[in-house]
Amino acid sequence: MDFFDRFAVPHPSFLIYASMVGIGLTMLAIVVGITYFKKWGYLWREWITTVDHKRIGIMYLLSALLMLFRGGVDAIMMRYQLSMPENTFLDSQHYNEVFSTHGVVMILFMAMPFIIFFFNYLVPLQIGARDVAFPRLNALSFWLFFMGMGLFNISFIVGGSPDAGWTSYFPLAGNEFSTSVGTNYYMIAIQIAGIGTLMTGINFITTILKMRAPGMKLMKMPMFTWSAFIANVIIVFAFPVLTVLLAMGTMDRLFGTNFFTTDNGGMDMLWANLFWVWGHPEVYILILPAFGLYSEIISTFARRNLYGYKSMVASMVVISLLSFFVWAHHFFTMGQGPLANSIFSITTMAIAVPTGVKIFNWLFTLWKGKIEFTTPMLYSMLFIPLFTLGGVTGVMLAMSAADYQYHNTMFLVAHFHNVIIPGVVYAMLAGLTFYWPKIFGFMLNERLGKWTAWLLSVGFVLAFIPMYITGLDGQARRMYTYSESTGFSAMNMVSFIGAAIMAIAFALLVYNIYYSIRYSPRNIGNDPWDARSLEWATHTPVPEYNFAITPQVESTQPFWDSKKNGHELFKGEIEKIHMPNNSGLPFIMSCIFFVFGFAMIFSIWPLAIITLIGILACLAYRSFEKDHGRYISVEEIKETETRLRGAKK
Amino acid sequence: MKVDNSLPLEYSTEENNLKILGFWIFIGAEIMLFATLFTAYFTLENRTGNGPTGADIFEITPVLIETILLLTSSFTIGLAIHAMRLNKKKATMGFFIVTLILGAAFLGVEIYEFTHYVHVGAGLQTSAFTAALLTTLGTHGLHVTLGFFWGLFILIQIKKRGLTPETANKSFIFSLYWHFLDIIWIFIFSFIYLKGMM
Ligand code: HEM
Ligand SMILES: [Cu+2]
Repeated sequence: MDFFDRFAVPHPSFLIYASMVGIGLTMLAIVVGITYFKKWGYLWREWITTVDHKRIGIMYLLSALLMLFRGGVDAIMMRYQLSMPENTFLDSQHYNEVFSTHGVVMILFMAMPFIIFFFNYLVPLQIGARDVAFPRLNALSFWLFFMGMGLFNISFIVGGSPDAGWTSYFPLAGNEFSTSVGTNYYMIAIQIAGIGTLMTGINFITTILKMRAPGMKLMKMPMFTWSAFIANVIIVFAFPVLTVLLAMGTMDRLFGTNFFTTDNGGMDMLWANLFWVWGHPEVYILILPAFGLYSEIISTFARRNLYGYKSMVASMVVISLLSFFVWAHHFFTMGQGPLANSIFSITTMAIAVPTGVKIFNWLFTLWKGKIEFTTPMLYSMLFIPLFTLGGVTGVMLAMSAADYQYHNTMFLVAHFHNVIIPGVVYAMLAGLTFYWPKIFGFMLNERLGKWTAWLLSVGFVLAFIPMYITGLDGQARRMYTYSESTGFSAMNMVSFIGAAIMAIAFALLVYNIYYSIRYSPRNIGNDPWDARSLEWATHTPVPEYNFAITPQVESTQPFWDSKKNGHELFKGEIEKIHMPNNSGLPFIMSCIFFVFGFAMIFSIWPLAIITLIGILACLAYRSFEKDHGRYISVEEIKETETRLRGAKK
Repeated sequence: MKVDNSLPLEYSTEENNLKILGFWIFIGAEIMLFATLFTAYFTLENRTGNGPTGADIFEITPVLIETILLLTSSFTIGLAIHAMRLNKKKATMGFFIVTLILGAAFLGVEIYEFTHYVHVGAGLQTSAFTAALLTTLGTHGLHVTLGFFWGLFILIQIKKRGLTPETANKSFIFSLYWHFLDIIWIFIFSFIYLKGMM
């Protein structure tokens, strides 16, 4: 291939050209806008170089919302393509690229940053800490993630997108069958983002183990912090597998090694196995924090302590262990024999037990509670039945013999969306609505919020229940079109309508944000929901240092007890507070990583070597750097505190 | 920065404690990384295609030399930390230097070994087995290389800044890393080389 040919999109279409123009114009508008309003300096000082966990969290949130829409557009395109037989809206190659990027974007660049946003924003506040253990590493994590995301997203305008599915199975993902640079993007962009995630894992385990407020024993931690802790432990154990896997995949594609080829001894099933050794725990990295959020929300709005705290923790620990022993349920039909199938079948089904424990705990919390139907609570109430349905079909899939019927059909697609959407996406929207006032100082409109939740659920049911039916009838997944005679068309049309309703729901969410920015009252106090844990005990907006005085904890809901039972949270005098300095290094280093990734994807070796040296130079610079942070003086804190207190009344 | 003088220098500040725990967790991740590499290696060990097998290409002499060099360096970095605890700057630096020289020598032999493999027709692209072998060894070698420069930078800092809580903390963490690489090597030695030669 000629040098410049590689940068061209292999199968361009009108849609791709249109989005190129769209992206170009948006970028231009952003650059012009920032310059016009003279915001470059502000951006650099307050955001790009920030090491504040709250701001880093917000940047994760923005990325996640952005990707939610990017992935959502992909989804609508797919559903539209399948809504009628013999549709020619997308051709096969384009369809392949769309479902591949949809999967990657949704799991890795939407759901992951969304939960990491919650880790970042909430964990330090919930445990009464000033920041995370390694603030600068945290910034690096974010920027690496961000650059990985950026790299992945330029794939469809430079060189072509990955087209072998989000699982990227070999030999399909090898050079022979995926000829464009698309899969190189997959290997390298995910690698860069994944390194960032791994560091997040290390950072938060350390934070949670070492930086809890006095009195907060492990068994007194808020449930979300527990779920974050366990999810981060899974990250530290699962992500290195992905690192190695992607490195080997990269070598196969770029250097002609034979890890996963079908000749010279290569073994394609090694990819499948290792992928799911990471991939299955990955889904629990997403779902456990979601469970944590539901626990916070349900106990807040049932006005009751969470039922069965200890069993909640225990079930999460059990789930995290089991999650590493079920990976082969993703390929029951690929020839591993009945014994292995049976073992993985049983371990898979076993996960339903601790999950069931959690469902019952939430139900018992609701049982005697005084339930208040706010938007976050509405999401949680919709979550319970819908997620249970997904769990039931999960157990159906876990029956290895029966899986021969529905493996790689729409039934599977329906199942995992049924757990991921009511499980993870609802939790994120519920959590976002719940924490919005803490983060931004005003509430989202409740009426619009409830409309969103209901529309989303109606859309969800219409979009995904039909897939169970066509799946059982044999509609394969990842099939770009079908003939009239299959009889799938009616159901697929319903499904498209459902997807469109979901799109409307998301549009309503955007409108809600816009509406609330304009019209929501601003004097809502620090604790608008009458909540229970420490993050609500500080001011809104949260000052840089979180808590002027480190809180003293005696129970699992310290803030609630301080309000109702006279427990004193803040004892003692204000002292000067040590804070880390901002730094541009994480951003600069990640930018170099971006260029390095790009050079690798297109095999531009000289550039790759130069940037690699650049990365090492950054590390060396960091090693010699002396930076002991700074202190916020007592006067400054007192001033901030009175200002924030004054703003409230 | 509050310094608690009742503790060893490397543990004497809050930040230092965090860093040491963080590093242990990082080692946990590294264990998973190497475990995955070993898994891939054992899966592909006999899938040699048209290429040579392990028994065909492994040679005991360079491997033994490498092992001795690395094991000794792990010992000398231990001595460096011991000297550091006794607050002996010169001795600390001395043992650091010895460690780094041994590390560099290890790398030298490993590079010789790799060129030898390529020479006898066991390059990266030859077969799944050679790819897994060279990747596993290469990842370890890369770690040693990075460790070499990291250690060098710490050495320079000790020279310039003396034994402060900061440099002590860095040296201690470096020693953990170096010991870890040694342990990985023992696995490579036993389960790749010795097993492969039998
Ligand atoms: C009750 C618990 C669950 C059970 C028993 C279960 C079971 C299964 C099984 C057996 C498969 C493979 C089906 C096949 O390939 O034929 C599967 C696929 C999948 N599951 Fe689950 N699952 C559960 C929960 C979850 C959760 C919580 C998530 C995500 C948050 C999830 C995400 C997925 C995904 C993404 C796939 C599709 C993988 C692909 O592309 O092939 N599952 N599940
Ligand atoms: Cu799984």
